[in-house]
Amino acid sequence: MQLLSVLTLDTMNPAVKKVEYAVRGPIVQRAVELERELSEGIKKPFTEVIKANIGDAHAMGQQPITFFRQVLALCSYPELLNDSTFPEDAKSRARRILQSCGGNSMGSYSASQGIDAVRQDVARYIERRDGGGPCDPDDVYLTTGASDGIVTMLKLLVCGKGATRTGVMISIPQYPLYSAALAELDAVQINYYLNEEKCWSLDISELQRALDEARRHCNPRALCIINPGNPTGQVQSRQCIEDVIRFAAQERLFLMADEVYQDNVYADGCRFHSFKKVLFEMGPEYSDTVELAFFPLHLQIGSLYFLCGFRGGYMEIINMDEEVRAQLSKLVSVRLCPPVPGQALMDLVVNPPQPGEPSHEKFIKERTATISALAEKAKLTEQVLNTVQGISCNPVQGAMYSFPRITIPEKAVKEATDKGQQPDMFYCMKMLEETGICLVPGSGFGQRDGTYHFRMTILPPKDKLTTLLNKVKEFHQKFLQQYS
Amino acid sequence: MSKMPENGASARAKVLTLDTMNPAVKKVEYAVRGPIVQRAVELERELSEGIKKPFTEVIKANIGDAHAMGQQPITFFRQVLALCSYPELLNDSTFPEDAKSRARRILQSCGGNSMGSYSASQGIDAVRQDVARYIERRDGGGPCDPDDVYLTTGASDGIVTMLKLLVCGKGATRTGVMISIPQYPLYSAALAELDAVQINYYLNEEKCWSLDISELQRALDEARRHCNPRALCIINPGNPTGQVQSRQCIEDVIRFAAQERLFLMADEVYQDNVYADGCRFHSFKKVLFEMGPEYSDTVELAFFPLHLQIGSLYFLCGFRGGYMEIINMDEEVRAQLSKLVSVRLCPPVPGQALMDLVVNPPQPGEPSHEKFIKERTATISALAEKAKLTEQVLNTVQGISCNPVQGAMYSFPRITIPEKAVKEATDKGQQPDMFYCMKMLEETGICLVPGSGFGQRDGTYHFRMTILPPKDKLTTLLNKVKEFHQKFLQQYS
Repeated sequence: MQLLSVLTLDTMNPAVKKVEYAVRGPIVQRAVELERELSEGIKKPFTEVIKANIGDAHAMGQQPITFFRQVLALCSYPELLNDSTFPEDAKSRARRILQSCGGNSMGSYSASQGIDAVRQDVARYIERRDGGGPCDPDDVYLTTGASDGIVTMLKLLVCGKGATRTGVMISIPQYPLYSAALAELDAVQINYYLNEEKCWSLDISELQRALDEARRHCNPRALCIINPGNPTGQVQSRQCIEDVIRFAAQERLFLMADEVYQDNVYADGCRFHSFKKVLFEMGPEYSDTVELAFFPLHLQIGSLYFLCGFRGGYMEIINMDEEVRAQLSKLVSVRLCPPVPGQALMDLVVNPPQPGEPSHEKFIKERTATISALAEKAKLTEQVLNTVQGISCNPVQGAMYSFPRITIPEKAVKEATDKGQQPDMFYCMKMLEETGICLVPGSGFGQRDGTYHFRMTILPPKDKLTTLLNKVKEFHQKFLQQYS
Repeated sequence: MSKMPENGASARAKVLTLDTMNPAVKKVEYAVRGPIVQRAVELERELSEGIKKPFTEVIKANIGDAHAMGQQPITFFRQVLALCSYPELLNDSTFPEDAKSRARRILQSCGGNSMGSYSASQGIDAVRQDVARYIERRDGGGPCDPDDVYLTTGASDGIVTMLKLLVCGKGATRTGVMISIPQYPLYSAALAELDAVQINYYLNEEKCWSLDISELQRALDEARRHCNPRALCIINPGNPTGQVQSRQCIEDVIRFAAQERLFLMADEVYQDNVYADGCRFHSFKKVLFEMGPEYSDTVELAFFPLHLQIGSLYFLCGFRGGYMEIINMDEEVRAQLSKLVSVRLCPPVPGQALMDLVVNPPQPGEPSHEKFIKERTATISALAEKAKLTEQVLNTVQGISCNPVQGAMYSFPRITIPEKAVKEATDKGQQPDMFYCMKMLEETGICLVPGSGFGQRDGTYHFRMTILPPKDKLTTLLNKVKEFHQKFLQQYS
């Protein structure tokens, strides 16, 4: 008689079962299978799988930033410091990083909070970005990608049982790391809906509605906001940022701001406003009291610098209780330290070549090319998709995704439901099988009932993106016909 | 406590305080980077500011980080990692061909041929294949499916992920996990954070820290009264104890796990880190398969090899490479595991590249082979020498008793602490061995980790030190420890 395994679906952690992460979920698994089939010579209606599901530019064949690669090579193999083909500014960055590593090696564990010198450079960068307001390096924690910092903060916040269980407010749509982390921690997810008709803007009245409703069954303690939005790409106005801060102060919520630097903002009239900067401009009544953790830059590492695989990241903590801070430091110490190459990378991101330095010109050239390409592609995406009947695309104001709304005919909704599938998953799966294009269905991010979306990145090179958009258009028209 | 602002108005309590935070996190302790290390860092700062101390440098012998100890790096690994970071260097004639071909292979298996791309969440395919072949070679040919291999962010990551999967239930049905005392405090920290029940089984100090099945049984039977024991963790070679378990012991543990229906988690390091004569490393997986299908088809096992090797032999622990292999895992649970790791996107790609080199080093006939073997052999023999030296010197000290350091890279000697000192410590609210180690730090600059951070039998005291410092520095360190202990005994006699 066969013994049951010790570890089965019934005996495993139930919270883990509730975790979903659409960005790498079933549709991506199918895309990988299709790639395998193609490589084995099996005939498909397409010659390649285009993975537009995730924000990874390098996989899209983008130009790397030479300076970063050089410094990382120098740090990996310091012998190269004797190599005359490397520019002086790359060498001096490498030396600075190596000197701040144990045994002058990038291979040593660092301090758990991150290499001191890197945290100092990050602090200075934040000060420059925010126009001089002080940043204490001790408030900076280097992390293993942004996910790490976000999960760590959520971990600290979660407590209580039943009606006193911690609730965390998050936008719908959201980046599903939040829903996954909240499910795993068995915290209560409190959804507030962004306003699709108004370019995915945030209404305080909607925040209030969500909060009041949540108070009936949990203990709301934190508010997460993603700006510029993921998947939506909207950049919130300054007024909005102020209103959110006031709301958090008044309702006693810990604010978590998931941000990206202004270089990823393209739309005219849109400007990025950092939560921290606005907070400090609102004066001590807020800047001395509102507890804030923010997670900048990670999207930039992916979309501008193409080094997301290094898992660099950081977070800054504002007004955290000192005893809790000690607990936070203790928690990060258990995992020893974030990957040191990623920390070195963070140092370069906040400390790029300056005017007058040998690598400056090339760096600016490479980076500008990427930013303008992104801006161009954001516009192209919005334009092409808006020519398709049944697809409606808000302007892609920032970040690197588009989250268009799609109409799915009743007939298709029914077929999907019969199959036990979300209608937009059904749609995306069909698109994948027929065109090789892999997108992520909106149900993976959250959306208002009865609406459907998909998320695609705008990262592929322009020609490939144009092909992709045209295929999407073709597919959608066919789909509408088929299910009319 | 809220602070009073200048205008006298009452300040509000913060949203996030010690009382309102996650209670499980409060229970987490991690001695290896705990209060004594924080004090060591402070002292380093004070020294650098010119403040006079009874010592001229702080020697951090608390953690297994060789590079920080100034060891020689492995040239080949550094070259390949540089080539992967900046592929332009593939045109540089000063790099050997074998380094270039490894780099090309790794880059080709990365998205967009770049180490900067996110990889598949389970890890780069080609690396997992190389890891699987390595395991097959190590275990003498028994099959390893690359799909059973998960690359991780250091070993901690894999261990925590597995524990996460295992934990369920409430109260008397809450998952219990067996772990050795002494243990590497990642386990106790993870179990505290997950609010699981830690079930302690004591290693036998008198018998060189060996494992008795009767002790496993005792711990299990006692635990069954208040929780639901579901997993058994074993660290071999031991951390902090350094013992290498016998083959018989490994078999007995496997039988025990099968009979008591426990998921086995084996935290292992490759045999290169075994020095003592008569000691051989036996991998759990290999022994499992040699015990035949009754066990090899049923016992659920996850093992976490190599990470200590990455630190102690290759000095690249900061890259946070690691992997684990899953044996006989339920297919539906495996899908859940894959889902769980997907949420964190992927392990750091430079660390994955490093894993590939560790399992795929220069072979005989390749240009870099000779130098690689030379560098690695030098490190291993140095470690073996230092293991012996540590044991010898510490055993000359009255009141210190040191088991042979059979493997890994730590020593965990037992120390006698006089009653007077125990009292002074207790009055201060300190563990006696923390009191001892703190005093040693303040007087000699040497930072060790007190045994209470790893667990020990009541009334016994230990400290853990690494054997990684270069031989001359280690000799100095050991002599200072000896001196300090003798003084300490005198002071508190």
